[in-house]
Amino acid sequence: MLIINLIGLGLIVLIIWWFWVYKPQSTQVSDEQGDNSEITVVVKDGVYQPARISLPENKAFKIKFIRKDASPCAASVLFPDLEISADLPINAEFTLQLPALKKGEYAFHCQMKMYSGTVVVK
Amino acid sequence: MNKLTGDQLRNNTQDLIIEGAGCASCVGKIETALKNINGVESAEMNFALRTVSISGNVASEVLIKAVENIGYNAKSASDRSDDELIDEKEVADEKYYASLMKQMWVALALGMPLMIYSLFGGPMTVETPLERGVWLFVGVLCAAIMYFSGKHFYIGAWKSLLNHTANMDTLIALGTGTAWIYSMIVVLFPLALPEMARHVYFEATAMIIGLINLGLALEVKARGKTSEAIKRLIGLQAKTARVVRDKKEIDIAIEQVLLNDIVRVRPGEKVPVDGVVTQGNTSIDESMLTGEPMPVVKAEGDKIVAGTLNKSGSILFKATRVGKDTAIAQIINMVKRAQNSKPPIGRLADIISAYFVPVVMIISIVSALVWLNFGPDPVLAFAVVSATTVLIIACPCALGLATPMSVMVGVGKAAEAGVLIRNGEALQTASKVTAMILDKTGTITEGAPKVTDIIVADESYSEDFILTVAASIESGSEHPLAQAIVDSAIEQNIELENTTDFQAIAGHGVKAMLNGQQLLFGNQKLMLKHSIALNGYVNKAQALAYKAKTPMYLAIDNKLAAIIAVSDPIKSDSIAAIKRLQAIGIRVVMLTGDNRATANAVAKQVGITEVFAEVLPEDKSNKVADLQAQGEIVGMTGDGINDAPALALANVGFAIGTGTDVAIESADITLMRGSLHGLSDAIAVSKATLRNIKQNLFGAFIYNVAGIPFAAGILYPFFGLLLNPVVAGAAMAFSSLTVVSNANRLRLFKPQDH
Repeated sequence: MLIINLIGLGLIVLIIWWFWVYKPQSTQVSDEQGDNSEITVVVKDGVYQPARISLPENKAFKIKFIRKDASPCAASVLFPDLEISADLPINAEFTLQLPALKKGEYAFHCQMKMYSGTVVVK
Repeated sequence: MNKLTGDQLRNNTQDLIIEGAGCASCVGKIETALKNINGVESAEMNFALRTVSISGNVASEVLIKAVENIGYNAKSASDRSDDELIDEKEVADEKYYASLMKQMWVALALGMPLMIYSLFGGPMTVETPLERGVWLFVGVLCAAIMYFSGKHFYIGAWKSLLNHTANMDTLIALGTGTAWIYSMIVVLFPLALPEMARHVYFEATAMIIGLINLGLALEVKARGKTSEAIKRLIGLQAKTARVVRDKKEIDIAIEQVLLNDIVRVRPGEKVPVDGVVTQGNTSIDESMLTGEPMPVVKAEGDKIVAGTLNKSGSILFKATRVGKDTAIAQIINMVKRAQNSKPPIGRLADIISAYFVPVVMIISIVSALVWLNFGPDPVLAFAVVSATTVLIIACPCALGLATPMSVMVGVGKAAEAGVLIRNGEALQTASKVTAMILDKTGTITEGAPKVTDIIVADESYSEDFILTVAASIESGSEHPLAQAIVDSAIEQNIELENTTDFQAIAGHGVKAMLNGQQLLFGNQKLMLKHSIALNGYVNKAQALAYKAKTPMYLAIDNKLAAIIAVSDPIKSDSIAAIKRLQAIGIRVVMLTGDNRATANAVAKQVGITEVFAEVLPEDKSNKVADLQAQGEIVGMTGDGINDAPALALANVGFAIGTGTDVAIESADITLMRGSLHGLSDAIAVSKATLRNIKQNLFGAFIYNVAGIPFAAGILYPFFGLLLNPVVAGAAMAFSSLTVVSNANRLRLFKPQDH
């Protein structure tokens, strides 16, 4: 019983670490392209891929969303801090222009917050 | 240059719409520029349609860039219109619905018989080798169903797990997966478990997957209805336009209409793009856009907007805004943006959603441990049931949907009534407004004043001369009162003269030189400032003001020459609209730069007791701040550029849609028609939406938060009850449906009739 309890507690610690403590690596967007920096994010199977995008400060850039998920939650993407929202067509590209951003983390997510990602400006 | 992906490359013919090609010689230039690109095989331009057809293996971005480099604008003709996007969305939704229903039936085909068998007392235990064989077969069948009907949950859960996020798929996958794995352990290794724990839960797995798919399918259907308002707005746009090109009238797709094209609209047709009438006159029904039922007469020089309906005459007009720049396209955009934004009340649900799934996973583990340590026999079975039920019932999708669904319907409902709400925050704040400031000119009144009286003070001047001088000096001013004087002079065929040294003195009037004479034209303050003797004319001016007219003094060479009175009629429905606001307990205040007597006279007519008169433009925002300091939540309604700071400072700024673009830009809410009834409508919709959001949040919390303790088994020690995972699955599936359906109820809401 002790072992089962320890396994349970271990699982709880693992959940906390996996979902809240661990910061996954972000996909770096190169700034060589100046204001034309662009990254493609695929919306599929309940996630944005990549979900963590890192880019340099004060550079405008574009995110090209390709939605391959028919679920209605995936149909819109919101950047609450930037007051941006967009409808994503299914099985098609949709390019969203983001303004030059200051250092910080900017979350983006679907309407239900089930799909979520972060733009990290360094 | 951007690196192009394989998807961007098209190995076929594509069309571009060219803008700015005004002469036939442009054709060769554009074709040559395109043909010079590597990969372009041919480029042929249709000058009449301003389209160019290109064949070759080149991305449209490269082609557009090449056209732009030689000084023209180009866009892809294949860019889908809103209409097409909506159609595509509907087709995709229909397909998704059909696949969910199929998955649901397959899952229920196994789940239902098992469930009925269990309800009628069929043993769900593994005791004999025969039972083992049968349950093994059912288990394998259940795995096949999990693959066919529930694959999307498991893939989604796995992908989000790798991404360090958890979502509804995570809970469903964990819940159904736990039930299936436990049941398979029972089947494969029955002797490893105590006799009482040899119970299988295959029916739960199949039923949960089936019911959740059903819930999702019904949600897809219900969601389609919530965006009806936007569909209706998009449906207002015409699909084709009849343009005059090369002296011929041709019908072309709406996307191909270019700026400055001359467009023909015949009776019964929709106006395809925004423009200015160049020939003919007609009456236009703008009700679909503004909610105003009466058609509006339009003649040469009048603006018309896309989406409105031409009722009577055939007119020609010049296109001034096309494509995404038309007013209707911008309105659709604004409504879409607002529909996707969240009011502050939604943030609570957001915060909860972000932490919810991992917290539920932890609760599920804790619940299993509690049952294992302190539960009655068979502890293992109880632990599995409670852990599974907690995972299934707690899916937070209803919580996440509660706010956006209501906002979507509420904002759309407001748009139908001619009220454009910019964002969710404005929607929420509008429901709490306690004081409403109304600008006078153009808001309470028509904003189209007319000269009513000319009182000459110096007999050496004629009325015509006074009007000539006043109109000449005012022709440089943008003030609505100035426009009234200029219009009056034009009506009387008076020729205006050129003034020099024109100077507008904010809140006072204007100053200029004409034929060597110094002219001053404005209010009493301006006269006092320049020490002009007004003698008995102050009383005459007061008498005019008491009749709700605005008197203005004209001084020539520092001597009073005349008083010109201008009156701005009150809008026909202002009195009723103000009464509606007062009836719901809102303190209505009038704000104007006009003189006190005129302001009071207008206020009396419309039933307002609080008036801020003679307010300088820069002080308008101070009045907003004053009311805020008194604890009021202030709504400010205005139409002019000078109202912009006050509109921006107010808790909610309401712009009159017939006013200036600056005012509309500064406001949170725009009333598309001039009527103040839009204010009460906006507040009513806002209150109804907030009420709906609260109902949704309550419903979602009940399902999610209250459901968890029951699922964990809190009732067991008192009543011996433990929630069945199937019941939890049904509750979870229908929680979203409840929320979406309740939001749909808002579609039936009607702001009070007026």
